[in-house]
Amino acid sequence: MDFALSQEHAMARDLFRSFAQNEVKPLAQEIDEEERFPSENIAKMAKLGFLGIAVPKEYGGQGCDYLTYTMCVEELAKVCGTTAVVLSAHTSLCQMPILHFGTEEQKQKYLVPLAKGETLGAFGLTEPGAGTDAAGQQTKAVLDGDEWVLNGTKMFITNGYYADTYVVFAMTDKSLGRKGISAFIVEKGTPGFTFGTKEKKMGIRGSATYELVFTDCRIPKENLLGKLGQGYAIAMDTLDGGRIGIAAQALGLAEGALEVTCDYVKTRKQFGKTLGQFQNTQFQLADMATRCDAAQLLVYRAAIDHDIPKKSSDGMCSSMAKLYAAETAMYVTTKAVQLHGGYGYIRDYDVERMMRDAKITEIYEGTSEVQRMVIAKNLLK
Amino acid sequence: MNREEYKGVYVFAQQVDNKVSNIALELLGKGKALADDLGSEVVAMLLGSDIKDQAQILAEYGADKVIVVDHPFLKEYMTEPYTQAISAIIRECKPDVVLFGATAIGRDLAPCVAATVHTGLTADCTKLDIGDFPMNPIPGKETLHKQLLMTRPAFGGNTIATIAIPDFRPQMATVRPGVMQKLPRNKEAKANIIEFDAHLEKNDRYVEILDVVKKVSDYVDIQDAKILVSGGRGMQNKENYEKYLRPLANLLGGQVSSSRAGVDQFGIPKELQVGQTGKTVRPKLYIACGISGAIQHLAGMEESDLIIAINKDETAPIFDVADYGIVGDLFQILPILTKMVEQELAKKAEM
Amino acid sequence: MNIVVCIKQVPDTAGGVKFNPDGTLDRAAMLAIMNPDDKAGLEAALRLKDEYGAKVTVVTMGLPKADAILREAMAMGADDAVLVTDRVLGGADTWATSQTLAGALRALDYDLVITGRQAIDGDTAQVGPQLSVHLGLPIVSYTQKLRIEGDYVIAERMFDDRHHVLKVKMPCLLTALSELNEPRYMTPGGIFEAFQKPVTIMGRKDLVDTLDSNIGKVGSPTQIAKASDKVRKGAGTQYIPEDATDAAEYITAKLKEKFII
Repeated sequence: MDFALSQEHAMARDLFRSFAQNEVKPLAQEIDEEERFPSENIAKMAKLGFLGIAVPKEYGGQGCDYLTYTMCVEELAKVCGTTAVVLSAHTSLCQMPILHFGTEEQKQKYLVPLAKGETLGAFGLTEPGAGTDAAGQQTKAVLDGDEWVLNGTKMFITNGYYADTYVVFAMTDKSLGRKGISAFIVEKGTPGFTFGTKEKKMGIRGSATYELVFTDCRIPKENLLGKLGQGYAIAMDTLDGGRIGIAAQALGLAEGALEVTCDYVKTRKQFGKTLGQFQNTQFQLADMATRCDAAQLLVYRAAIDHDIPKKSSDGMCSSMAKLYAAETAMYVTTKAVQLHGGYGYIRDYDVERMMRDAKITEIYEGTSEVQRMVIAKNLLK
Repeated sequence: MNREEYKGVYVFAQQVDNKVSNIALELLGKGKALADDLGSEVVAMLLGSDIKDQAQILAEYGADKVIVVDHPFLKEYMTEPYTQAISAIIRECKPDVVLFGATAIGRDLAPCVAATVHTGLTADCTKLDIGDFPMNPIPGKETLHKQLLMTRPAFGGNTIATIAIPDFRPQMATVRPGVMQKLPRNKEAKANIIEFDAHLEKNDRYVEILDVVKKVSDYVDIQDAKILVSGGRGMQNKENYEKYLRPLANLLGGQVSSSRAGVDQFGIPKELQVGQTGKTVRPKLYIACGISGAIQHLAGMEESDLIIAINKDETAPIFDVADYGIVGDLFQILPILTKMVEQELAKKAEM
Repeated sequence: MNIVVCIKQVPDTAGGVKFNPDGTLDRAAMLAIMNPDDKAGLEAALRLKDEYGAKVTVVTMGLPKADAILREAMAMGADDAVLVTDRVLGGADTWATSQTLAGALRALDYDLVITGRQAIDGDTAQVGPQLSVHLGLPIVSYTQKLRIEGDYVIAERMFDDRHHVLKVKMPCLLTALSELNEPRYMTPGGIFEAFQKPVTIMGRKDLVDTLDSNIGKVGSPTQIAKASDKVRKGAGTQYIPEDATDAAEYITAKLKEKFII
């Protein structure tokens, strides 16, 4: 088992790292402060093919593996949690379901522009009454002639308002329970599809988190994604891959915080020594570094496993990666703030933002509790 | 190749618009010292069209002889005719040493000449001496005396190397402006002019000059400045250079300059850039404001007589070379400092 | 149109440097990057490719590990890559290097040769001009702008206080400054494709019209007499003032002390 990255992967990682350092890092504080969507970053990423890393070339993508995409999210998150999640939601939550379940027409119409970065993607599953209990969908879709009519609201949708293409879930047959949920592709600007509340958040403040409102929104029959009643399965399959993206985001936040903290403790002096010369500091950093490395191994394994063709995924790899990486992010960023002392609380210092950004990774795309449910279910079957 | 046949220190006398450049005079100063050590002459090579009258100033700054190649092809600098002319002089006159300024002209011309006559060339020398090669005797190896030893920084300024060209002649070197010193001017000197026909012939390496566009700039050459007030990334924008650095520079009779960050990020003109890929300066006083002190920048200014640095970050590398390093906010310090200097100067004027 | 870009793998001089006992650089021990001026030259070639359609070949003389910058160049968009590597080529100064590159380029088709102005390790800016002499090509150094007009290159050649607009017949050689442009990033897909492309390896025997006496350390007119880490001017006094006024007073006092004012 060779843990070293291949030359190609190492070069790709260096590409993402230098892009993140040169292009994304200078804006990170500003977009957080102003709660501004990182349009500049996304535009540059689109030009370089970063918005289609894991999409095959025949659909306008870069044709790389999931690991390469995962490293991109990781490197971005080291400097900007917001930019990382924009990419993750776009890729894992919108492109992947269309790639895996879409018809050829749907792929040509929606996947190609998404991969080329001409459009941005989003995923609408969560509702006011359906969070962890995703099956409790209230949004309804009714077939009327050649059109589906959608009614309902979605909540906490990443890339809301800025995305052009939305993979949306709705109840098509309540009597079938889970098997009565279907997936649809909805375009921004469709009459009856509007945006409601923009959430004010603790962290990833530049990420646009919107309510989606569907009021007699009519979409073509052809926009059903996958089979009727396949929606819940599609959502779960999509989240399985999305978890890896979020795990990468959490991993990057942790690694970024560790790196910044190591620099800080080498220069900050108290009591005639640098903080780094105190054993207390050293032991904490050792723990933080070990957790980061462990998280990275879990994340990379999940990413590699994701590409291995299989009948269905038991979700173990991605759940373990997401669970561990998210809790590591919270652990490392909190310690990072502490090791910065008073400065860690000041918004000029990156760790302050990193800690606020880290918290959400324990919650969205499956809370840590959900991840534990998945893992335990597999252990005890 | 018989080294003994090669005699004389020759200097390429760069001229622009038929006016001899300062670097040529600096090279004559050093050339004279080298020639004295070698027991030979320093000769200027003057190329141009209707250029003969410039020979006088070369003589006044130390040239024992001036070889003039006057030809319409040489009116504007062009690589090939200039290369042909210098190469012809070298083949005919067999100089021991040839010096060029490390300017946009010299750094193109010198390597082409070296390749044409097949000899060695050392670029951007900061020191030139006459000595032995090998510098310390090596058993079994002949020690050559009276060799040109050329010292230069390399590796982004991380190393100092001393180079010799034992088996080829002439020994060629380029030297940056501001490194060597002119001799005092001797207005009594009479130019000993030798007109040289280089038999210039157009060939495939000639190019056509469609236009000559001069830079419209009211900035002074920072290499001439005795005092530089310099800004870096910490200045935050272009306007702050004018607002915070210019008043102090004006009071002190100096100029404003910049690190590479200022040029790349804030649009400060490149001719004000101090550093490895900018200009090397050796002013009496260099005040570095908001400059972190990357090695590439230090390479361009660390030979300044007095370095004062102002930076918010107490760990900034600029403090490793500053004679006086002040940890503080330049936006607060500079206005007060400017006022204080103004008061001191006013007081002095009254005395 | 065929464009050949000469690139060099250099140690990233941001870190410190190490030497071999004979005074030559211990390049093997350092973090390696594509020389910035060369990258700008490559970007210029890629822009010509975008605009006029061209085949871009990158050539490097170096150790086998210089393969990495060839891959990087292909990931940016270069079509072909040539690695000129051989034990006997080592220790070369600019004469020997330019002779070697000339030997390699004689085996290739080109309308335009682009080199960087200077490498951040040797810092000589000599290889480009010397290469032009060996190949008999007209040269435009310090190129700041260029376009193609039929068989000619129209280029702006920078000087200290002006620029010339030159019309040069191809084939010709240009040297590029890192200020010429902002090099593009690689693309992720480009990286994987680059590693699947073949790199042509040239050894000493593949060099055309090249004498043994002109290559490697043996063929180098310049020799190193001495080389050492620079002793930096030592740090002076660091002063942490109470406030801005205190700082200004301190500086003013020093200026008076040193007779600046």
